[in-house]
Amino acid sequence: MSIEVKNIVKKFGAFAALDHVDLKVANGELLALLGPSGSGKTTLLRIIAGLDWPDAGEVSFDGENALAHGAGERHVGFVFQHYALFRHMTVFENVAFGLRVQPRAVRKDEASIRARVKELLDLVQLDWLANRYPSQLSGGQRQRIALARALAIEPRVLLLDEPFGALDAKVRKELRQWLRSLHQEINVTSIFVTHDQEEALEVANRVVVMDKGRIEQIGTPSDVYDNPATAFVHGFIGESIVLPVDIDDGGVRLGGRALNISADGAACGASKLFVRRHDMQVGPPGSGVLEGAVRHIRTFGPIQRAEVALSVGEGATLIEIDAPRDRELKSGDIVGLQPRRYRIFAA
Amino acid sequence: MSQAQSYLSSARDDLRTEPRPVRAAIIAIAVIFLTVFVVLPLVVVFAQAFSKGVGAYFSALSDPEALSAIRLTLAVAAISVSLNLVFGLAAAWAIAKFDFRGKTFLISLIDLPFSVSPVISGLVFVLLFGAQGFWGPWLQAHNIHVLFAVPGIALATIFVTFPFVARALIPLMQEQGTQEEEAAISLGASGLQTFFRVTLPNIKWGVLYGVLLCNARAMGEFGAVSVVSGHIRGETNTMPLLVEILYNEYQFVSSFAIASLLAMLALITLVAKTILERHLDEGQLSSVD
Repeated sequence: MSIEVKNIVKKFGAFAALDHVDLKVANGELLALLGPSGSGKTTLLRIIAGLDWPDAGEVSFDGENALAHGAGERHVGFVFQHYALFRHMTVFENVAFGLRVQPRAVRKDEASIRARVKELLDLVQLDWLANRYPSQLSGGQRQRIALARALAIEPRVLLLDEPFGALDAKVRKELRQWLRSLHQEINVTSIFVTHDQEEALEVANRVVVMDKGRIEQIGTPSDVYDNPATAFVHGFIGESIVLPVDIDDGGVRLGGRALNISADGAACGASKLFVRRHDMQVGPPGSGVLEGAVRHIRTFGPIQRAEVALSVGEGATLIEIDAPRDRELKSGDIVGLQPRRYRIFAA
Repeated sequence: MSQAQSYLSSARDDLRTEPRPVRAAIIAIAVIFLTVFVVLPLVVVFAQAFSKGVGAYFSALSDPEALSAIRLTLAVAAISVSLNLVFGLAAAWAIAKFDFRGKTFLISLIDLPFSVSPVISGLVFVLLFGAQGFWGPWLQAHNIHVLFAVPGIALATIFVTFPFVARALIPLMQEQGTQEEEAAISLGASGLQTFFRVTLPNIKWGVLYGVLLCNARAMGEFGAVSVVSGHIRGETNTMPLLVEILYNEYQFVSSFAIASLLAMLALITLVAKTILERHLDEGQLSSVD
C-alpha cells in the first residue's frame, strides 16, 4: 500500500513537533525515519497509525483519506519500542488478540485462529514460547512476538517505533538483519523510526532524515551519506569534521588564512566546511592545504584514528581523522592534510 | 531482582551497627507498643464479648436489634462498595489514561473525603436533605425519606469511602501507561474490548485491593453515619452505632459481641490485604523490563 502525507502540522503547546511535513511512501517500501530525539519522527509515525491526530494536513492510504478512520480501522500493524505486549496474556493469546477482537461477522473460527497464530510464531521462529508470559521472555523475543502480533491482522502497512531501541547492541544487530529478510519475505510497506543512523542505513531502502519537525532529506542510504543536502544531514549521518570558514569571492578562508580549495559555488559569508574523517588525506608537511600536529593515535581494525591539532589562527582546533593503517603515524608528527571530498554549507 | 535484594540485605547487615542492648530495647519498645495498642484491645473485645459465656454471646448476636444492624450494615456496604467500584474505576481510568483540563482538580476532589472530618461530611448531607435543608421541602412534598433512613446512610457512606478504589488504582494505572491500550486499539479492538480485555485484567488485583479497603471502611464508618442515621432502633442503626448505644446502656456483652464481629472483619481484611499486596507486587515485578 502507498502512503501519502501532505502538509502535516502537529503542535504540543507552543512546540511544533511537525512543521509542514510532506512524504510519499511507495508500495512495498522499507522506509526509515531517522533523526535525533525531538525531531518529530515518532509523532509522524503515530499520526500515520492513527494514535495521534495532526492539527492540519492530510494522510492518505492508496489515495483514500486515512484521517477519516480511527487507528483500529486503518489495518496498521504497530510495533512499540517497549513492546507493549499484554502482560496478563500468554504469547499465544497476545498474537491471537487481533484475530479474536474482530467483529463476529468476519471473525475466524477457533481452529483457523490457532493455525494462523502457529504460522506467525513459526515466522518469527518462536513457536516454542507459545505458552509463556511476556515477563518470561528476553527483550529480543518480546519484540519478535510484538511483530508477530502486529502481523496477525494482515496489516496494510507495518509501523515500527524504535523497534530495537530498548535492546542491547548484539541483539539489535541480529534483529536488523532479521527484519530486512522478513520484509523481503512478506513485502508489506514498512516504516520504522530510529535515531541510529547505522540502523537506518543498513536496513532501509530509503531514509528520511528529520530535524526539528521538518524533513531535511529523503534518499537512498548512499544518497544521504554521500550527498547530504544540508549541514544537519552531513553532521548527523556519518562522522564529520566541521571547520568554521569564511567564503569570499570564490575563496575559502579558515581562521583568516586562505585555503587552496574551491568554494564549489557556496555563497559568500560565514560557512561550515564538512569533511568525512576518512576523506581527509594525511601526508607529509606541506602536502595539503591544512597542517597540524598529531596529538594522539588510537588504532582499531583497518584504520588508525588520529587526533590532530590544526595550526590555524589562535589556539588549537582539534579534529579527528581516520587514516589507513599503512601510513605510520605517531604522536608529535607534523602532517599535511588535504580534504579529498568536502561540502560547504552556510553557517 | 533477587540479586539486588540479596545485595540490599547484606548491605543492611553491614549497617546494623547498633550494640545488642540498643537493639533489644528498640525491639522491646515495638513489642510493648503493639501489645498495648493492638493486641490488648482485641483481647479485651473478645474477652468482654464472651464474659457471660458462649450462650450469652450468641443470644446477643441473634437479638432482633443486632440482626437488623447487621443486615443494614451489609446492605449499606454492598450499595456503597458497588457504586464506588464503578465511580472509582471510571475516575482512575480517566485520570490515568487521559489528559484533560482540570485533572489536578479532580484528583484533589477525590481526596476530599479523606481530608474532611466524617462528622462534617454527615452534616453536609443534613444541610442538603434535612427538613430545613436545601432539598428538604421538595423531598418532604414528595414523601421521599433520605435523612434518618437507609438512603441517607448509604449516601454518607459512599461519600466517606469514595477515595479508596480510585486511590488504589490511579498509581497502578499510571505506572502501566497507555501503550497496551494503544496496541489493542491498533489491533482493531473497540473501546469496550480494550477496557475489558486489556485494562481491567491488568488492574484486577488493584481493584480487589480497593474494594477490600472500601468495604472495611464502609462497614466500620461511625461519624458520618451517626449524624445522618437518627438512631432509630431496629431501623437505622448500623453495627458501629449499635455498639455505642448498647455500651452506653451498660449492655457490655451485647455491645462487645457486635464489636467482636467488626474486629473479625478487621482481621479478615488484614489477611486478605496481605495476600492482595503480594499479588500486586508480583504484577509490578512482571512489568519490569
